[in-house]
Amino acid sequence: MAIITLNPIQKPSLLLEADNIKPDVFAGKSLDEIKALHVFMGTDQLTLGEFFEVSGDSGATAADTKIVIDGDISRVKYIGMKMTAGEVVVNGSTDMYAGAWMQGGKLTVNGDVDAFSGLAMTGGELIVNGNAGNYLGAAYRGDWRGMRGGVIRVSGNGGSDIGTFMRGGEIIIGGDVDVHVGTHAEGGKIVVKGDAKSRVGGQMVKGEIYVFGDIEVMMPGYQYRKDVDLEVDGVSGRFALYEGDMGERHPKKKGVTIYGQLYMKY
Amino acid sequence: MSKIVTDVVCPFCGTLCDDLEVSLSDDGKEILEVYNACAIGAAKFLHAQASDRITRPRRRQEDGTWKDISYDEAVDYTAKMFAESKKPLMYGWSSTNCEAQGVGSELGEVVGAVMDNTATVCHGSTLIAVQDVGVPGCTLGEIKNRADRVVFWGCNPAHAHPRHMSRYSIFPRGFFTGKGAKSRKMVVVDPRCTDTAKTADIHLQLEQGRDYELLSAIRVAFRGEKLPDVVAGIPKEKIYEVADTLKEGRFSVIFFGMGVTHSLGKNHNIDIAIAVTRDLNDYTKAAIMPMRGHYNVTGSGQVWGWQFGFPFCVDLTRGFARYNPGETSANDLLMRDEVDSFFSLGSDPGAHFPNESVKKIANLPSVCIDPHITPTTAVCKVHVPVAFVGIEVGGCAYRMDNVPIETRKVVDPPEGMLTDEEFLKKVLDRVREIKEA
Repeated sequence: MAIITLNPIQKPSLLLEADNIKPDVFAGKSLDEIKALHVFMGTDQLTLGEFFEVSGDSGATAADTKIVIDGDISRVKYIGMKMTAGEVVVNGSTDMYAGAWMQGGKLTVNGDVDAFSGLAMTGGELIVNGNAGNYLGAAYRGDWRGMRGGVIRVSGNGGSDIGTFMRGGEIIIGGDVDVHVGTHAEGGKIVVKGDAKSRVGGQMVKGEIYVFGDIEVMMPGYQYRKDVDLEVDGVSGRFALYEGDMGERHPKKKGVTIYGQLYMKY
Repeated sequence: MSKIVTDVVCPFCGTLCDDLEVSLSDDGKEILEVYNACAIGAAKFLHAQASDRITRPRRRQEDGTWKDISYDEAVDYTAKMFAESKKPLMYGWSSTNCEAQGVGSELGEVVGAVMDNTATVCHGSTLIAVQDVGVPGCTLGEIKNRADRVVFWGCNPAHAHPRHMSRYSIFPRGFFTGKGAKSRKMVVVDPRCTDTAKTADIHLQLEQGRDYELLSAIRVAFRGEKLPDVVAGIPKEKIYEVADTLKEGRFSVIFFGMGVTHSLGKNHNIDIAIAVTRDLNDYTKAAIMPMRGHYNVTGSGQVWGWQFGFPFCVDLTRGFARYNPGETSANDLLMRDEVDSFFSLGSDPGAHFPNESVKKIANLPSVCIDPHITPTTAVCKVHVPVAFVGIEVGGCAYRMDNVPIETRKVVDPPEGMLTDEEFLKKVLDRVREIKEA
């Protein structure tokens, strides 16, 4: 796999919109062509070369291309947005929309990501070795289709509104989360290994949420069903199964009503 | 004998009362008294007459004092500020008419600004929820004539919209509500015992920040499912009772305000309140309405909705409209140092924004267009006073139920003063001159 390395050389005065930093665009391009790719800062259209030192080679296809960003890009948006294949590694933190609308490949951030990361993702892998901001794997504003596939794995804490309108895929949070987990979910799986505050599974139609720690305030529309023994993301244990949200509409399958499932670890 | 101007529209809150009468001096130049208005509305009319009113633009000097400048100098400063900015923020747009909002939109497009209105710290979360799940709405006239179940959730019209209850929602005798307040059941949901709550038939004094749980519990109750003994501090028997009360009405309406739009959960609270309204329509007729604050914040959403497709938080920097509250919202932009100049018209962010944002405004090139001296003018570099819309110039405004009402001019502005629209047109012309040069 050919590796291209980007080193930040200038901190943007406003936030930088770099929707071109992904293997799909870099593949098959020379270093000069990559340096000439556009970035936006407000109304100004600038080039990637003004903000990054570019070295290495690009592969022939996106799948053969790996991008390594060495340094802090916490004021750069859209890293790996809409990527379909290949790999991006960020050795630092990024701003909003990391891996948003991602369809394939692997994006690893060895730092924090800000809000709207993994937004409406349909495939691929987003690994965050740090904390994530709000709206992780949620739907874009006004869309009823949130995350539909792929995996998001965060080692630290998550923010609020994780997996809003989620319809598929998997989100695993190593730490705690803020309010609203899986609101409006119609599928998918969310695992929270730490504690959750409140509004877990509100307005949920179907899907699964696993919480290893405590939930400060339960939604009133969840009813206890039974205890089950499960292995979740490599952790075995006994879980209490709740079903809901009883206030929301629910589909029927073979005459049986399907509810959202909330598993709480003992 | 004084001259009376009738059917005057009040440019204060989203209720947009259109039955005011204003008595003028014989020469028609001075407002003497305002009839039918609430205390806030009347004060706004009379304040336009204040003897210490600022009538010319001012620019802040190095030592912090103000120096009077001409309108042309103010236009030049504003136009140059926009031309030199990479990402200007144009905020406010709520206490002005739709005509000025239209010119402002054109200016925003030319300079590549981010445009945000007061909804961002008010009912913006409502707009997000409406986009997510839709909204069953109606007009205030329908409520006056039909509503027999009225819910005020997280709002206090007794103080914030003083004539709302008497003109539309509780006391008036409508076509099917002939007994006025006696034909209506009033439910108030508020953690505080407000003056609105004191007049209610049922007051649900819930725990602060638990609106989402309580709304969800009402939906569970509609479906006849089991509830925990207590939700949000309210016993389940009470929740079932309220659910039945709403179901049994001929027409239920939910009004809501800042108590739900800007407490924990924000748009999700409105989202589920809309879901409650939708559920109620399985049993009876029901509608939901935001208690919009500024008299024409609704119009601002209407104008931008028509111009750009989005009602607030519109980012025009790349030449097309983008929208994502949380990223393109005024406070996020300011706090994250994403903008390099600030323009305010028809609002008072100095008073409404968090201190962190106001500090950022103080450090940016900034212009404030406002007839009054406000906390915003105190942190801006240039203050441009203008004529009062609805008092000294007419124009279109939208009521909280999205009904457009043409406001009326009552008196002339002080000599030589510009209106919002005239000032913006001059800035637009000057910006075009600079860009062409």
